[in-house]
Amino acid sequence: MSRILVYFAHPGRRYSRANLGMAETVSHLAGITYIDLYEHYPRHDIEIETEQDRLLEHDVIVFQFPLFWYSTPSLLKDWIDLVLEHGFAYGEGGEALKGKALLCAITTSSPEDAYSSEGFQHYPLRTFLTPLEQAARLCQMRFLPPYVLYEALKAAEDERLQVHEDGYKRLLIGLREGHYDYERAREVHILQAGTLDAVLNDGETGHG
Amino acid sequence: MGDFLLLTTLFLGAGVLAVPIASKLGLGSVLGYLLAGIVLSPILGLLHVDVIAIQHFAEFGVVMMLFIVGLELEPRRLWEMRGRLLGLGGLQVGITALVVFGVCLFLELPWRQGVAIGFILALSSTAIVLQTLTERGLMSSDGGRSSFSVLLFQDIAVIFMLALFPLLSAPDLVASVASHGAGAHGADAAGGHGAGGDLAPFEHLPGWAKGLVSLAAIAIVVGIGSYLTRPLFRFIAMARLRELFTAAALMLVVGIALLMTLAGLSPALGAFLAGVVLANSEYRHELESHIDPFRGLLLGLFFITVGAAVDFQLLADQLWTTLAMTLGLIVIKALILFALSLAFRIGGSDRWLFTLGLAQAGEFGFVLLTLTVSESILPQTVSSQLLLVVALSMLLTPGLFVLYDRICALMAKQTRPAEADEIDSHAEIIIAGHGRVGGIVNRMLRAYGHETTVLDYSSSQLEALRAFGFKVFFGDATRPDLLHAAGIEKAKLLIVALNNRDQITELVRHVCKHHPHVHVIARAVSREHVYDLYAVGCRDMIRETFDSSVRIGRSAFEALGAHAFDAEQMSRAFVQEDRKMLREMAEVYDPEIPNHKNLAFVTRAREVFARQQDELSGGGRVLGAMNDRRWSPPTPKDVRVERDQARSDPDAPD
Repeated sequence: MSRILVYFAHPGRRYSRANLGMAETVSHLAGITYIDLYEHYPRHDIEIETEQDRLLEHDVIVFQFPLFWYSTPSLLKDWIDLVLEHGFAYGEGGEALKGKALLCAITTSSPEDAYSSEGFQHYPLRTFLTPLEQAARLCQMRFLPPYVLYEALKAAEDERLQVHEDGYKRLLIGLREGHYDYERAREVHILQAGTLDAVLNDGETGHG
Repeated sequence: MGDFLLLTTLFLGAGVLAVPIASKLGLGSVLGYLLAGIVLSPILGLLHVDVIAIQHFAEFGVVMMLFIVGLELEPRRLWEMRGRLLGLGGLQVGITALVVFGVCLFLELPWRQGVAIGFILALSSTAIVLQTLTERGLMSSDGGRSSFSVLLFQDIAVIFMLALFPLLSAPDLVASVASHGAGAHGADAAGGHGAGGDLAPFEHLPGWAKGLVSLAAIAIVVGIGSYLTRPLFRFIAMARLRELFTAAALMLVVGIALLMTLAGLSPALGAFLAGVVLANSEYRHELESHIDPFRGLLLGLFFITVGAAVDFQLLADQLWTTLAMTLGLIVIKALILFALSLAFRIGGSDRWLFTLGLAQAGEFGFVLLTLTVSESILPQTVSSQLLLVVALSMLLTPGLFVLYDRICALMAKQTRPAEADEIDSHAEIIIAGHGRVGGIVNRMLRAYGHETTVLDYSSSQLEALRAFGFKVFFGDATRPDLLHAAGIEKAKLLIVALNNRDQITELVRHVCKHHPHVHVIARAVSREHVYDLYAVGCRDMIRETFDSSVRIGRSAFEALGAHAFDAEQMSRAFVQEDRKMLREMAEVYDPEIPNHKNLAFVTRAREVFARQQDELSGGGRVLGAMNDRRWSPPTPKDVRVERDQARSDPDAPD
């Protein structure tokens, strides 16, 4: 049984449907601590000690956010800058996060095919996530393949949103219950609701 | 010497004990002093103290008070208020004096006595009324401003009464005071008895010469005020000694009193004139701040002596007569005030404030009554009885304000049926207090489309709001019936933004207890108040000046050259530490036990202070550590370790 900590970061809540839907689906699950970062720190005054204590009490850390300019919303970046201190997360004596896992649950507005050398975003999505990936590596954490919803603004009409939400729930429960195969996950670049079987051994099939 | 020390200790002690108690009970300082005097009177009797002699000395406080009244009266403001001042004030004093005069004639008193009594009883208590109006935040209301105009007129009228009374003197009618050496000379007419009655060198001049002397004296006072004060104070400022300013200010007032006494004029008039002349000068506040403590102490002493001089034998003998006279006086004054409020179109609850607030007799009555005896206008017996009436009517003033509250409650009830439909609507937010704090909160809420219901004391404010279609109720938000009218049963949120600490606490206690479904946000006036509010059930209290103080601190850092972002972080660390301390102390705070007797509180306070010592001593380690931690770069050693870790990490993907 792994303890899961979700950090949700979205400053434009009132424009968000996908992220709020995802939040609603998993925020009350047992064994999951759900933190709405903008609710906790509306004035960006992040309490380093509180956050580090929280990290120590959990095994899987989830960043749930919409991709803003190929990066995280600013409060989540602030959180990373302040909480992942040297001596705590990395550097001399910094082994507090060793062996924990980092999962990014990301929504994008561009469609899937935009993220390729031929697409208008010009790079694969994973390229934009290398800063987070390397941060995890420096903290001796496993960086799990990100769980992605492309074209999030249209997802509700296409009825993809419900599938994505259910998949999100299944993924987190799988992580919690130890049904997640970390070895197989190393071969996966991107996870979507339809491809969860690639990493989960929970006896379900992910076509919701 | 021993006597002096004993008396001083007695008087100061009585004042120090009684005034806070009276203030706590909502009676005001004047009544506190009076009560202290009453308590002291048997002791003074045993010591054979000449209370009246002390009273004469203390009357100099009146001279100082008029000097300060003058200082606060810029000629321009006087001009702006002229309509109310002369119309309302003049008619109030004139009609009241006339009616009382009529009653006196009806009671077959001599006409001179009637005139004196009329004038004395026409006055109201500036000290009590102004203090109560300020305490309740009513000064800016229509009723408050009208009351102030009348009080101001009375204060000025006193000067003329002080000058007039010696002319009413009729020694042959008052045999009992013949030994006092009745003086028709008027030299020592006003409170300036400290200067003594023998200083009248121009006594024997013919009338026209006396007039010239008076004019010359007034010219000298105006001259001193206009031309001499400024160079004098500039000269003194060079010495950079604070007490020299005090000495100079005292010398100015005492000197003017002496000059007026020499010229056969009222020292109070002179002091008032000098005050008005100086009202525009840059030394106005300086002068006021130096004179004010002396005025306060002397007037306090004066009130104590008045209390001590109350003749209880007389009160017991004529209890019913005195009570009847007092109530009669209050009724007469209230009726006249009510009629004036109709004539001057003071409407709504302001009318009742004006009517009831000024219906008592005032402290100047004591001064004038003392004068009537020394000037042989009234026999001692009549004067003593009137003294009782004046004192009693002042003691009843808090009751008059309670009556005012009741009437407001009734008025709120009466207006309800007409507006019932509106009140039933969906305003779920009640704001108690629409002053500096509540006004902004109201604007903010309404800017985002929230309906609010506002409760406040200031009717002029509310009229303006009502004109814009806001739901507003006049009155004391701490009253359950008014809360009910405002719809507390259906409200989601109550914002308590009143001025007065005790009122805030009471309202919060009531609502938390009887309407637990309402979220209460309370304005806290201090740290201790936060604890009090927590203790009565509030969980959302905001210290009213904390945020702006922190912003001032931050501006100070910036002004000292700190980078804006550093200044921001420094002030945030301070706020965080302060909140932490507030929480730690709240755990051990007990409203029932004074802090210094609460062992847990004292122990915790010591711990917290030890931690903060560093903060206060400027060591800066506590707050500095909080800031240094943020965005600090890794050390070269860290970088080496990172490299090793990255190399040996078995789990990292390649």
